Amino acid sequence: MSALQLVSARRRRTDQVMRGVLGVATLIALVPLALILFYLLSKGIGAIKSGFFSSDPNLSQCFPHVPGAPPPPPCNIGGIRSAILGTVEIVGLATVIAVPLGIIVALWLTEYGKESPLANIVRYFVDVMTGVPSIVFGLFVYTLLVVSHVGGDAVGWKGALAVALLMLPIVIRSAEVVLLLVPSSLREAALALGSPRWRVVTRVVLPTAGPGLITGSLLAIARGAGETAPLLFTIGAAHVLTGNLGQPMNSLPTQIFSDLGQNTSAFVDRAWGAALTLVAMILLLNLIARAISRRSRLA
Amino acid sequence: MEAHATTVVSGGRSVLDRSPLGRLPDQVLKFGLAGVAAGVLVLLAGFLAVLISESSSAFGNIGVFHFLFRNNWDTSQLQQGAACATGSHCTFGAWPMVVGTLATSAIALIIGVPIAVATALFLTELCPRRARGPLSIVVDLLAAVPSVVYGLWGFIVLAPKLRGVQQWLANTFSFLPFWGGQVAGPSYFLAGLVLAIMILPIVSAISREVIATVPPENKEAALALGATRWEMIRMAVIPYARPGITGGAMLGLGRAVGETIAVAYVIGGSTTLGHSIFQQGQSLAGVIALQFGEAQSTPLYKSTLFAAGLILFVITLLVNLVARRYVVRAGRGKRVGGGDAAPGIAEAEPEPSPA
Amino acid sequence: MIPPDTESKEQTVSTADQPAGQQASVSQPTPAGDERAQGGHSIICKDLNAYYGQFHSIKGIDFVCPANEVTALIGPSGSGKSTVVRCINRMHEEIPGARAEGSVKLDDLDVYGAGVDVTSVRRLIGMVFQKPNPFPTMSIFDNVAAGLRLTGTRSDNLRERVHRALRAVGLWGEVKNRLNAPGIGLSGGQQQRLCIARTVAVEPEVILMDEPCSALDPVATLKIEELIDELKERYTIVIVTHNMQQAARVANSTAFMLDGELIEHAPTNDIFTNPKDERTERYVTGKFG
Repeated sequence: MSALQLVSARRRRTDQVMRGVLGVATLIALVPLALILFYLLSKGIGAIKSGFFSSDPNLSQCFPHVPGAPPPPPCNIGGIRSAILGTVEIVGLATVIAVPLGIIVALWLTEYGKESPLANIVRYFVDVMTGVPSIVFGLFVYTLLVVSHVGGDAVGWKGALAVALLMLPIVIRSAEVVLLLVPSSLREAALALGSPRWRVVTRVVLPTAGPGLITGSLLAIARGAGETAPLLFTIGAAHVLTGNLGQPMNSLPTQIFSDLGQNTSAFVDRAWGAALTLVAMILLLNLIARAISRRSRLA
Repeated sequence: MEAHATTVVSGGRSVLDRSPLGRLPDQVLKFGLAGVAAGVLVLLAGFLAVLISESSSAFGNIGVFHFLFRNNWDTSQLQQGAACATGSHCTFGAWPMVVGTLATSAIALIIGVPIAVATALFLTELCPRRARGPLSIVVDLLAAVPSVVYGLWGFIVLAPKLRGVQQWLANTFSFLPFWGGQVAGPSYFLAGLVLAIMILPIVSAISREVIATVPPENKEAALALGATRWEMIRMAVIPYARPGITGGAMLGLGRAVGETIAVAYVIGGSTTLGHSIFQQGQSLAGVIALQFGEAQSTPLYKSTLFAAGLILFVITLLVNLVARRYVVRAGRGKRVGGGDAAPGIAEAEPEPSPA
Repeated sequence: MIPPDTESKEQTVSTADQPAGQQASVSQPTPAGDERAQGGHSIICKDLNAYYGQFHSIKGIDFVCPANEVTALIGPSGSGKSTVVRCINRMHEEIPGARAEGSVKLDDLDVYGAGVDVTSVRRLIGMVFQKPNPFPTMSIFDNVAAGLRLTGTRSDNLRERVHRALRAVGLWGEVKNRLNAPGIGLSGGQQQRLCIARTVAVEPEVILMDEPCSALDPVATLKIEELIDELKERYTIVIVTHNMQQAARVANSTAFMLDGELIEHAPTNDIFTNPKDERTERYVTGKFG
């Protein structure tokens, strides 16, 4: 008996070619990530000299080396200490605002609002809000708070508020998904025992959903930490180290952005170092989030 | 016969009544939470209100139509507020930036969506099971990179390295419209390329979710008819997934339109309209980011930047509103405790807002 | 455990009368060098084993489906009936971790033989599934044409074959004026007949049916059973059913499976009135199942 060949060579070829195309496309999709990580590591590590993490950016000038002219004086533009502290504080405050608020809204959506018209509208617009350009959050806070000089001009906490607005829809969405995963049988059992709804929420739903909520929040925080645009006009252009959110502050993303604009190698090097630091922080948050979610009962 | 009285506890109240005080936390919670939730709607309205009010001066003096379609971002005209206030000698317009935003987003879609969908098809239909999880995570990792790092990498690494490639492309296909010219490095094309990379994780993640909803019985039916694997994908998967993938692409578009920081330098920062996609330009979001500082002192100037922001906001709002009708969120419409909402959605948060 | 009767019947079938149009039905080029048997086509499974990962689901069965007959597979849930049938057209291996061993011969071609193209096997052995599954984005016409379009059948030939298939399943009168309507707009029974039309349009040699009526109402079920009776003139049919009455109505011979083993295979009448194995007897009399 000879081989059975009802599928023409053309069809077979198309099948193989298309499968190859899809595979190659996937490889292509992986290339940028590899490149970014490569450059981040190679240029970023090179930039981390002594004093990188322990000194603040200063206002030194750096002159580019013009060929033929005498070499410029060595410049020490400082490190990124104030930027790191600034990011930690700003994102920290944004988290304190956005996470509880977001979980509260998600709770209302799953426990009280459910499929009511208002809840559906809110859900729809929360989704839409995730697509708002982040610069709009900055403009919003700028107009309402900075221009009106409420509590000073551009200061740390106003930037944190803008970042919180950005994080809010993300927290709401992921929290709602997690809360929906809590089995209704748990809720019903508690309600059947005569427990009022608010106690069911605090004693049953929240603890069960806890790890998932933490995971979602960590991911939102990782997003918030990387945002530049909301901070551009709201935190002020500070370089000095300050722990006071009521003062103009520095942050990693804005520091990178401003260094990039200088386009002299010393500043660009610092930008790479700061970028590596920022990405490391974000990846760390992502890893922790994944570790928690893996151990969660619901995920 | 003894009537069964309701059980009475101390104080003469039945356990079946909860005291008004006992009901209070629930009522407070219910209305309080509802208020906070409705606050989301108030916020969005607030964004719109602020943008409209701050841009009213620019639109009022320059006119919406002229603002959008005049090709002359000559900010010196704005310094002498009078000229544009009376509207007589004002030729100011943001058309270069409008084109910049639209062109870079279009390029991002053309390059990014096919690759994202191809990746999604590969990962769901062809990839060996073991590799699927890790590879998906790696593709999604692109979303974790902050926009400013994309801007840094794009401007410092990609622009010089791709200059030769861009020049070759510009020369080889120069018969095409909006093609050709001298390439400096940053360009509309390069910004579109960087944006394509940035929207890849969103479009791929949504496409993956959508493709996973294709009924397996349809795929079986195709295979049982004697279809090859690719033919099965073409027959049973793609037609079914097309609406959802379209929605995902629109969300990618929204992201690309609003992206500020990554584009600001990579596009070249030139406020005159380029003739070819390989020349430099600027986007609406980029111009806000880069010129806001110097615009502080001139109210009309500042207002034009807010006007740019308003245009951006409206475009992304519309795009998102439409896209959301196609992309049914996993978990939406499932009853509480359904447990069959796709797990790991919190991990694969695929729609970051543009920076 | 196949009664000798069935085997001799299989011998004689190749000389049985050839259903008209059987030769004309193969409009795609005959595979080079291979003569597809003219007349009826039979399935012979020998020492067929199937696994889901580590779980040994089908335990070395020998199973014969004579040409142009309806062979039914009955048995309790989990006995492996569906698995056997999915092994015949090699759909079983589409499940991750699943594999099959042994030999399944379509006439004298072992579908598990080395170098055999799976896609071609499925072209020759069609399948109708439990839940009607017309392609939701396709019209009635496109559904039936789906398999034909794969081989690039030309459009006038295509139209004729689609109409012929719809007539063969008795759907023509009901849909001839709305061939462009979506396939999922039909009733359950109509959808299943549409799926059968889709299957016969490509002119397979054997049609496998995995509980084709379990999702349908009695009226639709009856229509399909009548259809099966007509179809066996041209095709060999293997039908899995959990409904013993259905087996009694449509099948020439019936095989009883239990826990992955083929317990007994006999002419339908014998299985139900005079089963040889005690387990068969207990099942068909309803003592378990």
